[in-house]
Amino acid sequence: MKKHHIFIATGIIFLTALQAAPLPDGMDILKRVDENITAENRIMTSRMIVRSRRSKREITAKTWIRGMDQAFTEYLSPAREQGTKMFKEKDRMWIYSPSTDRIIQIAGHMLRQSVMGSDLSYEDMMEDPVLSNQYTAITLSVDTLRERPCWILELTAKTEDIAYYKRKLWVDQERMIALREERFAKGGTLLKETDVFSVFQIEGRWYPKEILYKDVLNQNSEGTRFIIESLELNADIPDWRFTKAALRRS
Amino acid sequence: MIRFLIKGLLRDRSRSLFPLITVTIGVALVTLGDSWVNGALVDIVDNNARLETGHVKVVTRAYKEQMSSAPNDLALLDTRTLIDDLEKEFTDMEWTPRIRFGGLLDVAGENDVTVRQVRGAGLAVDLSEGSKEIERLDLNKILVQGHLPQAPDEILLSPGLMENLQVDVGDEVTLISSSMYGSIVIHNFTVSGKIHFGIVALDRNMMIAPLEGIRYALNMEDAAGEVLGYFKDPDQYDKNLTASIKERFNRMYYNPEDEFSPYMLTLRDQNFLNDILLLYENVMGIFIFIFVLFMFIVLWNAGLMNGIRRYGEMGLRLAIGESANHIYITSIAESVLIGLCGSFIGILIGLGFAWYLQKYGVDITSMMDSNSLYMSNVIRARISDSTFYIGFIPGVLATALGAIVSGRGIYKRKTAQLFKELEV
Repeated sequence: MKKHHIFIATGIIFLTALQAAPLPDGMDILKRVDENITAENRIMTSRMIVRSRRSKREITAKTWIRGMDQAFTEYLSPAREQGTKMFKEKDRMWIYSPSTDRIIQIAGHMLRQSVMGSDLSYEDMMEDPVLSNQYTAITLSVDTLRERPCWILELTAKTEDIAYYKRKLWVDQERMIALREERFAKGGTLLKETDVFSVFQIEGRWYPKEILYKDVLNQNSEGTRFIIESLELNADIPDWRFTKAALRRS
Repeated sequence: MIRFLIKGLLRDRSRSLFPLITVTIGVALVTLGDSWVNGALVDIVDNNARLETGHVKVVTRAYKEQMSSAPNDLALLDTRTLIDDLEKEFTDMEWTPRIRFGGLLDVAGENDVTVRQVRGAGLAVDLSEGSKEIERLDLNKILVQGHLPQAPDEILLSPGLMENLQVDVGDEVTLISSSMYGSIVIHNFTVSGKIHFGIVALDRNMMIAPLEGIRYALNMEDAAGEVLGYFKDPDQYDKNLTASIKERFNRMYYNPEDEFSPYMLTLRDQNFLNDILLLYENVMGIFIFIFVLFMFIVLWNAGLMNGIRRYGEMGLRLAIGESANHIYITSIAESVLIGLCGSFIGILIGLGFAWYLQKYGVDITSMMDSNSLYMSNVIRARISDSTFYIGFIPGVLATALGAIVSGRGIYKRKTAQLFKELEV
C-alpha cells in the first residue's frame, strides 16, 4: 500500500514538472519549419493518387519552383491530362489546356476548384508557403505522433483575407517538419487535414515524402495521397520556364 | 310543374333576373379560373417534364442526395445497358440520357486573353439521328438564329448568354467546367445557334450542347447524370401510373447497400413539384368554395328581398290551401332552375374568355424576373373536360342554398292571420 502511494506521488511530481517545463515560442518553431521547407530552386516529380467514392486515379507531374513566387507544373499522365500546364507567379495563376490551345487565368471562385479532382484546391497551391509571413503561432502542448515527439502549434492568420484562418500543426521536434495539419475556417469549421506518413532527408533538410490530403467538406472524396518521387534542390532552371509563353512550349 | 315554374320566372323577371346575373357572373369566373389554373398546371408539368424531370427519372442514390448541384462525379455509368434494359422492361416509355452541367463560358480576345467570362448552366442532350430530344425540347421552334448543333463541339446559347458574352453565331467560346473526376475541364465550342425558351430562368444563362460533345469534354464516356423516361403518349402521364412504375423499377434495380445503384424518381418527387401541384390542384377547390360562399350570401339576400316582394303571393297560396312544404320546395326548384340557366350562360361566357386566353395567353414576363420555376412567360388557359361542367357546382349549389335558407320564412306565416294580412 505504502509502495503504491510512493508511486502515485512520484507520478504526480513528474507530471507537474513536465507541465511546468516552458514550451518553446510558437513563432520560433514556425520560422524553423519554414526554413526547413523552403529552398531557392526546386525541381520535383510527384505522383498524386486521388481516391473518390467510386474511382482511383493516378496523376504524375513535374514541377519547377523558383523562390516563393514562381512555380510551373506540367502534367505527365494520365493521357487525358498529359500536356496540361500550370504557371503560378505571385498571386496569379494560369492553366494551359493543349486540346483547346487556350491559356486561362484561374481567378475568383475558380481558385476554390479542385486541382485534377484531388483534395487540393488552386487556392492551396497559390498560398504563400512561408507560413510565418501570414500567421502568428503559439505552442499549445507536446504530443507524440507516429512515434515522433511533436509540438502542437496553433496558427492564427494575421489578416482576415485568407483561405484558412486557423491552423493546427504537429511539428516534429527534431526534424522541424509538420507531420499533421488541420486547417480551419474563421468560424472554427475544420476544412482540411493533411498527414505526412513518410519523410526523407535531402541536403540536410527534411521533406515530406508521402502526404495524405483530405478535404473534410468533400463527401465524395476519400483523400488524395501525394508522393514526391524525386526532388532536386537548388537546381538550375532557365528563366523562360517561368513565363506564360512556356505554357505553350512542349 | 317545371314548365309552370319556367313560365313564372320568364313572366316575372324581377323574380329571376338578379339571381340569374349573379349566378352567371360567378359561374363565368369559376369556369375561367378552372381553365386558367389548368393551363398553369399543365404548363408547369409540361415544362418541368420536358426540361428537367421527365415523367420519371433514373439517377444513382448518391446523385439523388445532391441532385440540386448536379454532381456528375456520382453519375450513372454504363448507361447504354441500363437504357436497353429499361426499354425492354417499360415498353410504353422512351428513355434518354442527359447531363446537367455548369461552368464558365470564356471568350478570348487578342493574344488569347480572356475578355469576357459568364457563368452558365448547361444541358447535354442526345441530338443524334433518331433521338426525340429535338422534338421534345421543341428545339426547332425555340431556335431563333443559326442552326442546331451538327457536330459534337457545337453549342446553343440563350439570348442572355449571347448578350453577356457579346458573341454571335459562328463564334468560339471556351467552356471551363469540371470533369466527372473533378479535374478542371477546358473545352472549345462553336456557337451554332441562339435559343429562346420563353422562360426567364432559362433565357438568362442556359446552354444546350450535344451529349456526345459534353461526354467527351467532361470525361463521361457512356455515363450520364440522369436517364429520363417519357410516356410515348404524353397524355398517358398520370401520377398513380408513374408511382407504380417507380415502385416496380426500384424493386428490381435499387440496392440500398450500393449508393451507386440506379434509383427512380417520379416527376412529383423533384423540384418540390408535389407541393406546387397539390397547391394548384387545391386552388380550384378553394376557388369554388369562395364563389359558393359569396354567391350564397348574395342569393340568400336576394331570396329574402324576393320573399318580401312576394309576401302577398305566398300568403295567398297558403290561404287557398297550398301547403308550406310545397311552396318551399317550388321556391327551391325555381332557384335550381335559375342556377341551371345562370350556370349554362356563365359557362358559355367563361368558355369564351377561356378560349381567348387559351389562344392568346397573358404575358407575365415582367413578373418573372426573379422566378426560378420552369414556367412560360406567356401563361395560357387550357380548356379541359372539367371546364364544361365545373361551373354547375357553385351555380346550382349557391342558388339552392340561398333558397333553402331564405325560404324558411314561409313556415313562420300564420294561416289564421293570412286574410287579415291580405286585407281580404
